[in-house]
Parts: sequence; C-alpha cells; structure tokens
Amino acid sequence: MSEVRTRLAAASGQRLFWPLVVLVVLIAANTAYRPSFVSIEVKDGHLYGSLVDIVRLSAPLILVALGMTLVIATGGIDLSVGSVCAIAGSMACLHISQAADQNSLSTLFTALGLALGLALVAGAWNGLLVSVIGIQPIIATLILMVAGRGLAQLITEGQIITINSDPYRVIGAGYWLTLPVAILIAIAVTLLIAVLTRRTALGLIIEAVGGNAEASRLAGIRARRITFLVYVIAGICAAVAGFMITADVSSAAGSTAGLWIELDAILAVVIGGTSLAGGRFSLSGTLIGALIIQTLTTTVYAMNISPQTSLLFKAVVVIVVCLIQAPAFRARFARRRPPATPTVAAAPQKEQVPA
Amino acid sequence: MGRQPVLTMTTISKTFPGVRALDSVDFRLFPGEIHALMGENGAGKSTLIKVLTGVYTADSGVVALDGQQVSFTGPMQARAAGVSTVYQEVNLCPNLSVAENIFIGREPRILGAINWRELRRRARALLARLELDIDVTAALGTCSLAVQQMVAIARAIDIQARVLILDEPTSSLDSSEVAQLFRIMRQLQNEGIAILFVTHFLDQVYEVADRITVLRNGRLVGEYPTAELPQLALVEKMIGKELDALERLDEQPKRELAAVEASTPLLEAAELGRKGSVAPFSMTIHAGEVVGLAGLLGSGRTEVARLLFGADRPDHGRITMDGSPAAIRTPIAAIARDIAFCSENRRIEGLVGELSVRENIMLAMQAARGWTRPIPRRRQDELVRKYIDALSIRPADPEMPVRNLSGGNQQKVVLARWLITEPRLLILDEPTRGIDIGAKAEIQRLVVELSDGGMAVLFISAELEEVLRLSHKVAVMRDRRMVTQLANDDTLDADRVMATIASGASS
Repeated sequence: MSEVRTRLAAASGQRLFWPLVVLVVLIAANTAYRPSFVSIEVKDGHLYGSLVDIVRLSAPLILVALGMTLVIATGGIDLSVGSVCAIAGSMACLHISQAADQNSLSTLFTALGLALGLALVAGAWNGLLVSVIGIQPIIATLILMVAGRGLAQLITEGQIITINSDPYRVIGAGYWLTLPVAILIAIAVTLLIAVLTRRTALGLIIEAVGGNAEASRLAGIRARRITFLVYVIAGICAAVAGFMITADVSSAAGSTAGLWIELDAILAVVIGGTSLAGGRFSLSGTLIGALIIQTLTTTVYAMNISPQTSLLFKAVVVIVVCLIQAPAFRARFARRRPPATPTVAAAPQKEQVPA
Repeated sequence: MGRQPVLTMTTISKTFPGVRALDSVDFRLFPGEIHALMGENGAGKSTLIKVLTGVYTADSGVVALDGQQVSFTGPMQARAAGVSTVYQEVNLCPNLSVAENIFIGREPRILGAINWRELRRRARALLARLELDIDVTAALGTCSLAVQQMVAIARAIDIQARVLILDEPTSSLDSSEVAQLFRIMRQLQNEGIAILFVTHFLDQVYEVADRITVLRNGRLVGEYPTAELPQLALVEKMIGKELDALERLDEQPKRELAAVEASTPLLEAAELGRKGSVAPFSMTIHAGEVVGLAGLLGSGRTEVARLLFGADRPDHGRITMDGSPAAIRTPIAAIARDIAFCSENRRIEGLVGELSVRENIMLAMQAARGWTRPIPRRRQDELVRKYIDALSIRPADPEMPVRNLSGGNQQKVVLARWLITEPRLLILDEPTRGIDIGAKAEIQRLVVELSDGGMAVLFISAELEEVLRLSHKVAVMRDRRMVTQLANDDTLDADRVMATIASGASS
C-alpha cells in the first residue's frame, strides 16, 4: 500500500503526469456518457471511431503547437501562425484552382512549394523583427497576425476558393494504411522536430537561450541565429497545418482558415508544461496538450452542451488543468490535508505571533 | 548572557531530493548580539535561514520566537513577526525607484491611494539614518550594486525588526561601505536587535560578531563566543580538517616576471577603451602569466575584462594576439581565439539555472561546435565526470539543476565550462567572491596549476592578498582608468598597492 503511494508520488512529480491524467479523465467522462466513444472499428479498410477523429482533427493544432513550443522555449511567442495557416492554405488552393488539371501531381507539388516558400518568408520576417531588429515578440508577430490575415484575403480576393483536387484532398481527408494521412503527417513532423531538437544540440541551445539569454551570449551561442530559426520553423509548421485545414474542406477562406489557432496552440504548449518564460520545453507535453484541447472540443459537441455555454465550459476545464499543474497551487492544496506522518513541527497548532 | 534568547531553533532537519541539507541543527540568537553563522558552501547556512523565514518548511524541528513556537509560511509573515532578511543576491525591483523599493507592499496611504510625498519623505529619513545620500526617486537599477544592497538593508530595518538576518551583505561592498554597514549593525545592536550575520570574510566576523555558530555538511559543529575561538580553530571547524593549502601556495616560489614575459605576448591591448566604460589602456598578457587586476568596486576592473572578451564592443584601440591583429568584438570571436571569461555575476551572466550541471558545463563547447554537431553523450559524461571530480563539485550529480547548487559549486560549474574548452587566456572576474575558504583555496591552487601549464590568466579580485599571492604582475584600476602596472616582486605588498589605489599615482 505504502509502496503504491510512494510510486504514485514519484509519478506525480513527473512533468507529464497531470496532463496525462486530465486527458484520461476527459476520455473516461466521454466513455461514461457514451460507451461507444472508445470503440475503434475498421470500415472500408479505414479506421473509424471518436478517438481516431480526435487525433485527426487535432493534427493541424499539433503542428502549429510544436512550432510554437520552440518559439516559446526561446522566451518568445508567435501570434501570427493562424494567419500563416491562411496564407499558405490560400496560396496552395489558388495555384491549384488556376491549373488546367487540378489532379496532376506536378500542380500539387508546385502549389505546396509556393505556399511553403511564402510561409518561409513569413517566418523569416518574424525572425528578422525579433532577432535582428529586437522588437518584442508579441508585438513583432502581432504585425503579421493582422497583416497576414489581410494578405490571405488578398490572395483569395475576399472569396472562398473552392478546388477539386483529389491529391490535395488526401492531405486533410485521405487515408493510407488504414490511418488518416493527417495523423501520419503529424506523426512525421513530430518525429522530425524531436530528432532535430534532441538528436542535435538545437534543443539544448534553445533552452539555454530561453533560460538565460545573456549567459548564453557570453558562452558563445549565436542567440540571434537560433531565435531566427525557431520563427522559421514555426512558420513552416503553420503552413503544413494550413494545408490540412484547407484540404479537409477542399476550399480556402482567407478570413477564417486557422482563425484563433495561435491561441489554442499557446494553450496546448502551456498545458504541456512548457513555461511561457522560456527555457525547458517538452514536445510530448505539447502533444498531450493539443490532444486535450481537441478532446475538449469534441466533448462539447458530443455531450450536446449548448453553443452558448461551450466556450465557458472549455474555459473552466482549462483553468482546472492549469491550476493542478501549478506547483504553488498544489502545495497550498496539499498543506490543507494532514500530513501522513505527524512531525514535531506540525503536531501542535500553529500559533500566530503578534507583530 | 543571562537573558532569554529571542529566537531558538531546535533539532531542525530538512532534506531535498538527494541532499540532506540540515540534520538536527540547533541554533539560538540573543537580543542585542551579532551572531555569525559560519560554514563552507553547502554547509546549510542558507537553508537554515530559509527555514527560519518560512521560505522552506522544515521536515522536523521547532522554531520559537520569544519562547513561543512559530511556523512561518513565508517571508512576509516572518517579517510581520519581526524577522527581516537581506539576502545575498539583492532581491529588489531594478525598474522601481529607491523609495518605492523600500516601501513595496506597505506604502503609506491616504484613503487607499499611495501618499507619494510621505513615501519619499520617509525614504529620505530612513536613508539619512544610514547616512546614505541617494536620490530616492532614481530607479534602483541605475544605482551601483553596493547602493542596492544598502537599500535592501534600509528596507529590512525600517520594519520594526527584532531579528535581522544579513546573508552575505558585504560580498559586493568595498571597504568603506563595509565600515558603514558595520556602524549601522552596531547601532541596531545597541537598539536591542539580534543580528544574524552570514559572511565568508573571516576578518569581518572577528570585527563585529559576538558569537559564532559553525555548521558543516548540514550538521551543527558548535556555538562559540568569538573571543574564545581563534581564527585558525574556526577554519578547522568549518572544513573539518587542517588546511594549509594556502600557506603552501605562499611558500612556492613564483617565476620571475622577466622570464614569464620573455616570449611574444599572447595578447596585447593597445589603447583599448570604450566611452563611459573604461578609459583607453594598454597591457600585455603572456602565456603562463597571471595578471592581477586590483582596484575598488566600480573602478573599471570588470569593464577591462568585458572589453578583452568582446562582451562589450571597444570603440578605441586594438587587440593583437600572437603578434597579429585580432578583431574581438563579440564573445564568439573571443572564444574562437581561445579566450574564456568567468563573469563575477554568475547567476545572471554565467549559468542557465534550470539546466543541469552537465548541460551548463557543456554549453560553451557545444556553442563553439554549433548545434548541428552535438557532442556524443558518452563524451559529455566523461568530460563532466572528470571535471566534477577535478573541481570537487558537490553534490556530484551531473543531472541536478544547477540552481540547486550552492554559490561556490556554481562557480566551479562555470569554471568547468571554460576549462573543457582548453582556453589559452582565462579571465576570472571575482572567482572567489561569496565562496568559502576551502573552495577558495582550491580555485587559487587551480590558477597556479593552470598558469604553470602555460595558460594565461587575468585574475580580478577585490581581495588584495589573493591578487598578490597569484599574480606575476598587478594592474591597478582607479576611477575607470588603469593607473599603473606593478611587477609582483619582493617589494610589492598590499600596503603599496593600497597606496597606489588611494593616490592614483604610480609609485
């Protein structure tokens, strides 16, 4: 019994413990409400089920949040990722819609290449403003958040571009080896970023810059270069997310594609245990954070919570998640409970001393 | 001392993951005494203070104030009960004014709004009591570190304190400021306030303290009246073994300056300077030479180091290395030329607190290689293990976050970071400040070994004895100007350096 307790205590000290608990609780609540929630079946050679849907729908958010994690780890923030989603999605759709044969693969790759190039420029612009010119990240990326939305609407000329391209649709709604392609792409990008940061020294350098920029500079780290790089990575991640979002519905709307996704991404990063102050980051934490947010959205629909209260419901859950993650809150909560073994100091009641 | 103690701590124990920081420690403090708490880095002094002020909760043990058991939940509550603390690192807000810093959280108010006039008036009165002439509306960040320390003390004594805890208050003060602080401490002592004084300067302990409590490895060694504990005995009790390393260093014959400087200089600075930082100076450093930099706090010692390392960009003069011009405008350029710099401000300019000991040690080497060429983990572990052993970094856990280490061990981590890059010129800015005598001896011995091995060292310290013990040549700074360079031969002693600092003339 006591061994279980000590193991549990050790586990709860792990960074991913509480986010995982929340995710499991959310899934359990859904299952209690509707037992078929956890069932996964194979139809037409594809995996179907609520859980598969949740992962598929969270793929764009996962991508954006991964890029955001690196930006936040350097002590920055990128508000423009939602607009970059829209720019990249719109650009790709525009090119495809103007092509003679929308189903040709060369059209697809040119479209993706153009859009990625645009996202690269967007990310480089953010990186330039933050690292070279030295504008505070929240302001620097706010510029592109606003301007980028306008740019996306310029690309679509204020309309919704509808396309009829099967290969493009695959990115958001296709299946390969029974799994949704969106999930496969998300897994691939996650692995790529994990390898990029943890198999090289990039992760350490990012954490050093975010943890103490001046000490890093004096240790010979090219902090500017690293800061620039993470904004570019965030832009590219956002572009791929933009492809998924527009491919899923085979159309691009400059004004709504990826709208507010930056806020969900920041939330996912924070729920995953990466501090907004920069420093240590956790990619797996962000992954779980993104899944929690998507599960929450699905829960709201599945439980028929009225649209008027759904945002409030989401907010309450997020507050709870953040509170149980906060060491200060947990310490206060723990102090209220009697300690397992009475100590000398705790045995008599605390006395207030007159000042 | 027949009175009742104002404060008693009985059988206090505190364990951190992997470290037994305090093991059944007793401590008492009488009203109107100055009590020195002594011990090496990691002996548990800071932990004891943090338990007392409620920053940490003790695992077991009793704290009693005036015979009544207390258990503070935080510094605010401790302060309200009359236990005020001034920490080693100044914990004030540099962006607020001096007056605001003194009265944060207890501003005088009229109908809920802050009474600014009254606040400034009281701040002025308080600083006048400390005989400090400071503009109370100036932002604290514009004041020197020493003044910030004094403001922190003013803040602590304004509250009707009965117990004042000074955790290394003198580590950033020069001698006149120290004297001023001691005068204030004696004044407070006469008012009946009990002062707990933590310092690494033994002379200061014998100057002001009435009694001494010694801790070692989290255990109580004993409590002694200062008069009955000779300095040597105190050091032995702190370290637990006889220490004659420093004496041995003194006995070692130093190589002649002429012999050391026979070759081409490793680095030559010609009229190097930066406006508002340090006036143009010229100096040479040779391989295997230790150049000491002496001078008062704020005399431009650190600024010289920063220019040589490229931490600040010089706007005047040239640097030559190995006889050819070297443009050192950034730390990266300096590191590429095998220069290393241990900053005096290790918390802000040295370490990344949340990263582990291993990661902090590897940082400079990894940065030099670039992030695309990670150092294999096995090689990292080897190097880190080697330097943890060589510098006896404690606790010897490479994966512990570096912020959990004591000051001296943090200093050794910064040193290890640079030593693994095998620099040819090592710049040490106050490497022994705020660390205990054992670690200090180790670092001094290391400097001697490194220079014997051919490394050039620029050694900056406020302690003249230390500079004289290690250096072949001493450059004296005064008012942001290098006034002279003295060969460290038999004729040079602390008095002569002191006279040079005081007069500003080369004698």
